[in-house]
Amino acid sequence: MLNATLSELSAALAEKRISSVELARLFLGRIERLNAELNAFITVDASLALAQAHRADRDRAAGKAGPLTGIPLAHKDIFCTKGLRTTCGSRMLENFVSPYDAHVIERFEAAGSVLLGKTNMDEFAMGSSNETSYFGPVRNPWDRTLVPGGSSGGTAVAVAARMAPAGTGTDTGGSIRQPAALTGICGLKPTYGVVSRYGMIAFASSLDQGGPMAKCAQDLALLMNAMAGFDARDSTSLERPQEDYGRELGRSLAGLRIGLPNEYAGEGIEPGVRRAVDEAVRWFEAQGAKTVPVELPNTALAVPVYYVLAPAEASSNLSRFDGVRYGHRAKDYADLAEMYSRTRAEGFGAEVKRRILVGTYVLSHGYYDAYYLQAQKLRRLIAQDFAAAFRSCDVILGPTTPTTAFPIGAKIDDPVQMYLNDIFTIPAPLAGLPGLSIPCGFDDKGLPVGLQLTGGYFSEAQLLGIAHRYQQATDWHLRVPTEAPL
Amino acid sequence: MSWEIVVGIETHAQLRTQSKIFSGAATAFGAAPNSQACAVDIALPGVLPVLNRAAVEHAVRFGLTIGATLSRRSVFARKNYFYPDLPKGYQISQYELPIVQGGSLTIHANGASKTIRVTRAHLEEDAGKSLHEDFHGMSGIDLNRAGTALLEIVTEPDLRGAKEAVAYARALHALVTWIEICDGNMQEGSFRCDANVSVRRAADQPLGTRCEIKNLNSFRFMERAIEYEAQRQIGLLEGGGTVIQETRLYDPERDETRPMRTKEDAQDYRYFPDPDLLPLVLSESEIESIRATLPELPEARRARFIAAYRLSEYDAAALTASKATADYFERTVAGIGGKQGAAQEHAKLATNWVTVDLAAKLNSDDLAIELSPVAPERLAKLLSRILDQTLSNKMAKEVFDAMWAGEGEPDAIIDRKGLRQISDAAAIEKLVDEVLAANARQVEDYRAGKQKAFNSLVGQVMKATGGRANPAQVNELLRRKLG
Repeated sequence: MLNATLSELSAALAEKRISSVELARLFLGRIERLNAELNAFITVDASLALAQAHRADRDRAAGKAGPLTGIPLAHKDIFCTKGLRTTCGSRMLENFVSPYDAHVIERFEAAGSVLLGKTNMDEFAMGSSNETSYFGPVRNPWDRTLVPGGSSGGTAVAVAARMAPAGTGTDTGGSIRQPAALTGICGLKPTYGVVSRYGMIAFASSLDQGGPMAKCAQDLALLMNAMAGFDARDSTSLERPQEDYGRELGRSLAGLRIGLPNEYAGEGIEPGVRRAVDEAVRWFEAQGAKTVPVELPNTALAVPVYYVLAPAEASSNLSRFDGVRYGHRAKDYADLAEMYSRTRAEGFGAEVKRRILVGTYVLSHGYYDAYYLQAQKLRRLIAQDFAAAFRSCDVILGPTTPTTAFPIGAKIDDPVQMYLNDIFTIPAPLAGLPGLSIPCGFDDKGLPVGLQLTGGYFSEAQLLGIAHRYQQATDWHLRVPTEAPL
Repeated sequence: MSWEIVVGIETHAQLRTQSKIFSGAATAFGAAPNSQACAVDIALPGVLPVLNRAAVEHAVRFGLTIGATLSRRSVFARKNYFYPDLPKGYQISQYELPIVQGGSLTIHANGASKTIRVTRAHLEEDAGKSLHEDFHGMSGIDLNRAGTALLEIVTEPDLRGAKEAVAYARALHALVTWIEICDGNMQEGSFRCDANVSVRRAADQPLGTRCEIKNLNSFRFMERAIEYEAQRQIGLLEGGGTVIQETRLYDPERDETRPMRTKEDAQDYRYFPDPDLLPLVLSESEIESIRATLPELPEARRARFIAAYRLSEYDAAALTASKATADYFERTVAGIGGKQGAAQEHAKLATNWVTVDLAAKLNSDDLAIELSPVAPERLAKLLSRILDQTLSNKMAKEVFDAMWAGEGEPDAIIDRKGLRQISDAAAIEKLVDEVLAANARQVEDYRAGKQKAFNSLVGQVMKATGGRANPAQVNELLRRKLG
């Protein structure tokens, strides 16, 4: 059961081979065993999970069960949950309990799923290693001395170590896809606007997008069916007809045009990553897909553009954490200015402060044009690159990250090296495009490698269809991490 | 040496929307602190703004009214600063691309009309209130007002002196209440003005350094504050000093302006487009459907009053001071009804009653005309009784007092008080004869050329009828009989 996919679990529940309560207990037990070491969850409320599981069993008995009824899930601690604290990985919100549920949480509750707990993350989703969390680093179950990636590293590890069958993350510059790649699971960042941001604590509003994380593409489709859809409370939510994200799971790969950007084959990619990705590409070719070279000439600008725009938005988004109405407030202060400065000095960690400083700087009078405005122009060029590329291909393939998981502590003092780990995941959110990472093999150290599929707007179902075909022929996605055996 | 005083006005008009500009919370004034602040207004983590389309409609109404350019695409921006009553740490406003650009307003001051150019008007949200009393060394925060829709209306420096500035503020106030986008309540802060004041020696010289005066919450204070500030600047310059650009606060108790902050410590608001909101797009059809709901505007109505009712400029201006006044007047005229072609006579009577008698009552009871206890239809009935000679003007005032006190319909009051005027010629003649017979002395005096004696005779007749005799008829009869 621990290694089962969501469809398998759903079938087991439907056939009464297991109850929701038993399933919840199974995963809660696994969390109990592994979480102290892996630190994937910040908050677990077993009684709440069991209450929801009981309700799911009652619903099922009453004939009111859907595909996710009674399925336990792990939600990133960036989604507000009524009655269960929401920390966003920060001391600032260490004791914050939201009076309302995020749209995504509402959707999963309506679908009957069970909330196992809230997962660890880089503080305010700012990080690529899960080391910036106030609640300590998350450890990679393939090698506990390594990082799991970030910022959705908690959910990635929860799924990889089989502490939860699936869960949610958010992606701003790669925060779903990069940890999925580094832990050997699947993660989808949807097209901007497909999943409501209501109740998802903002990092960089024009980039943030919630998405599913699971063992296989088919599971991602099931989760997307629940979490995607229009929400009037988010002005950037797109009003589109409800779609079935599993509708292309059976599609053939013959005639598929795979774009291979020259820019994704440059220096800095580890040989083990390159080898696994090349092998995957050859497999697709063998299935009748055609590879075409494409150009994304502004790729090199993506990281600098991102590190102007994301901090700019973050510096403003995080202004509300001022100690006035909720969250951490410094104990001693002489006046208002000191209350602000002490509260924020104590409440935020180093990476968050760094980004607030950078963001404040690039928006300042005299620098706005040179940084923020320039970055906005380049952002449009990056989007145009993709539009041009998608005229000659259906999907762009490449590595999700240039390297496999790196040691805890290796890059934390060198922000630029840390930021460069996101070089392949940053362009898609800048263009608002969907991106999917799936496991495609291992490097010499036995660490998982992620294959990234980037498609045109609203191509999620197609990306999942392509990935599903690959996963029917391979078993990378079913490998259990060496340091979290079943 | 003479100086020219140059003024530009920035007005924050609170828009009359049921809910806030970016949340569903109510906007009613005077609720218990923080009872009208929802998750969005409190800026809880994860909440997002959703634009209230009613606020947009109000801005469009204003733009159409002043002949402005309406931006087909405008952008909301974040104005970033920390303050406890600003929950998000930024105010959502419009910066580079406001919804209303250009346009103008005509004012009448110092016996002349003048066109004042509007630079822009943009939508934004209000902040909450900080309460510094009653909290023992701490401050209270009330977020009921946070997120209330505002239209900030900015003029060019077209105003010359305090009188013109006040004339503009009054005209703008009349306009925004006229088109029903703002309730205009200055005490509750629904209509707040800041004045940018500078002085120069001659009209052809470049503008002087300006100071912005805040907290002008009445027209009277505005006039005094601008006067004071202009004299302060002139004094500085004539003494060889210079004016420093700064924001100053008007203190009505001391009748002076005081520095609040200088340009040097002006904040860098780090404006940037709000990524939570899409650009605000206005379609042609949307604009046209809003245009179709606009009422007749003050200038047009005033011209029509002069042409249709033959009113004087003065009366027309008084009756179009607010839409409510103009509506009251026209409903009164319409209510009188009666024979065709008498509209001008009716209008003249209605004008006198609305601008004199009613205005005096409203003034002494400190009531807005909308809240008048005498509805225009009832006033019309009263005026009809003057026109059909049931009542003299003097008797009508007595009936009006009773109506004001809530005693009901004019006819019922007339009957109850026995106030029906005696216009029966035979009855009056009989009385006149009696009075003449009993007052031979006055008759003689009159014939000897004493006008006062005539008035005394009229008084006797009126007294005999308890003031109910038709005075015109009494006068006429007496004159005839006395030869």
